Amino acid sequence: MAAAYELQCRECGKRYSNAPLSICDECFSPLEVVCDLDAARRAFTRDAIARGPSSMWRYQALLPVPDDYVPTTPAGWTPLLRAPRLAERIGARNLWLKNDAVCMPTLSFKDRVVAVALANAQTFGFDTVGCSSTGNLANAVAAQAARLGLKTYILVPSDLEWAKILNTQVYGATLVRIDGNYDHVNRLCSQIADRYNWGFVNVNLRPYYAEGSKTVGFEIAEQLGWRLPDNVVVPMAGGSLIVKIRKAFKELITLGLVEEKEVRFFGAQATGCSPISTAVKSGADSIEPQRPATIARSLAIGNPADGVYAARCIRESGGWAEDVSDIEIVSAIQELAETEGVFTETAGGVTTAVAARLYAHGRIHPDELTVACITGNGLKTTDVLHGAYEQHAAIRPRLGDFESYLAERHEESQLVPGGEYVG
Amino acid sequence: MSVRVLLPNAFQKHTNGTREIQSSAGNLPQLITEMEATFPALRSHLRDESGQVRKFINFYVNEEDIRFLGNDQYAFKDGDEVLVIPSIAGGSWPDGRTRFAQDCPSRRTRFAQKQKRMQDRGVCSCCSYCGQEECICGD
Repeated sequence: MAAAYELQCRECGKRYSNAPLSICDECFSPLEVVCDLDAARRAFTRDAIARGPSSMWRYQALLPVPDDYVPTTPAGWTPLLRAPRLAERIGARNLWLKNDAVCMPTLSFKDRVVAVALANAQTFGFDTVGCSSTGNLANAVAAQAARLGLKTYILVPSDLEWAKILNTQVYGATLVRIDGNYDHVNRLCSQIADRYNWGFVNVNLRPYYAEGSKTVGFEIAEQLGWRLPDNVVVPMAGGSLIVKIRKAFKELITLGLVEEKEVRFFGAQATGCSPISTAVKSGADSIEPQRPATIARSLAIGNPADGVYAARCIRESGGWAEDVSDIEIVSAIQELAETEGVFTETAGGVTTAVAARLYAHGRIHPDELTVACITGNGLKTTDVLHGAYEQHAAIRPRLGDFESYLAERHEESQLVPGGEYVG
Repeated sequence: MSVRVLLPNAFQKHTNGTREIQSSAGNLPQLITEMEATFPALRSHLRDESGQVRKFINFYVNEEDIRFLGNDQYAFKDGDEVLVIPSIAGGSWPDGRTRFAQDCPSRRTRFAQKQKRMQDRGVCSCCSYCGQEECICGD
């Protein structure tokens, strides 16, 4: 069952009935969904949530979907993992990973937002949906639209990773490659959505879409035993995720599901596209657009839609933002895989590299409970690891050859005699 | 000299539905002044209380953000296409002041319509979600 919800202008407060709208016609500022927390109070309890499905839909009472909506995709409810080995490596003692690299069905947190957006696309009667995307969103829209039988047009920058293109086209979506960066693509989608009756999940459906990100925050709190962490480290592209996780925590506090606590939010960007972290560091109240130049293409948004709000969220919470180089990103991907068995895409590398720097600079105390959000899967950006691992010549299937191979690597000591199990 | 200016849907309420204008403005400040003269109803919406153009309104010239071209200093060229696009974003949290639409006239009207529909069909008009007669959960 869904709570009552409607749209409200973020700046002037004007209310709107539910509609595929994202811009206030009075002050041209963004619209967002507001949920009636009083109405949700009865349905949104720990017990009711525990009886819900093992997916993000256990929080349906605080998501903007019709009360008779029946979800078709089990997105969310991803693992919250302790990360002791990575923690030791980067000087932490209480580090956790929220692992959306295994979010279903397309292995990124975008599955959450798309699930909410497409529920609304159906409610508004759209038979054609689309998005502007740096890849993960394209995958999520293509897969979930296929399941719902919607026609799909997806616009992406032409330099997108091959895996993300394939993972869009395989679902039968029409993929339109645009000769430009994400900001060019996004602008074109705004024009298309203005002109044609299509549901663009991150344009005219954006207020609904963005609410799906709250489920990351709900899950973190529930998986910690209904308590809030001290710190959260979040990658920032458009800046929506970090704002919505904070909104989720605030809603849980308002509804009495967790104790009140001021969680500090830390934003992570790649130096090659860091408009939000630059604003945070300089204390600016506005975002200066940048031309992206980074391997972290899923974060390569030079004019982030929620940038102002993300910077404000970080500042108000007492957090900070950092940005890291492409070399640090690749090293961090490898470090996370080697220490915790989690293979993340470049955005995850940005997050853990920034987390390491925050500990090194003393901005996060090692003992504070800190959650780093891993938002996508490494199988989508394997190109950044091209050439990182030497492939040796194949050896013959003989024990002697195997022993010689280890000897060449000076790893004979690994060959402990035995092999007969004696209980 | 003439530039083509494309306006977003959000402006149309204040431009009598006009989506596109031709302008002879030489730069962005001149263009904004000209737009305000052409559409007086737009002025109070385009600028904030301090008279500044609202921060969520973006201007692009031929596919490029005007901020990358020098912003107010950029001199329009004949044939330039200027796009006006509001930022698309949103996100905040309950601040204690937010009240839902219990007092909203349009919602009350919709509730009355729903109640009549239900009564016409001979079924209870309680909300299927909250069970209340005067629910505010939806239509």
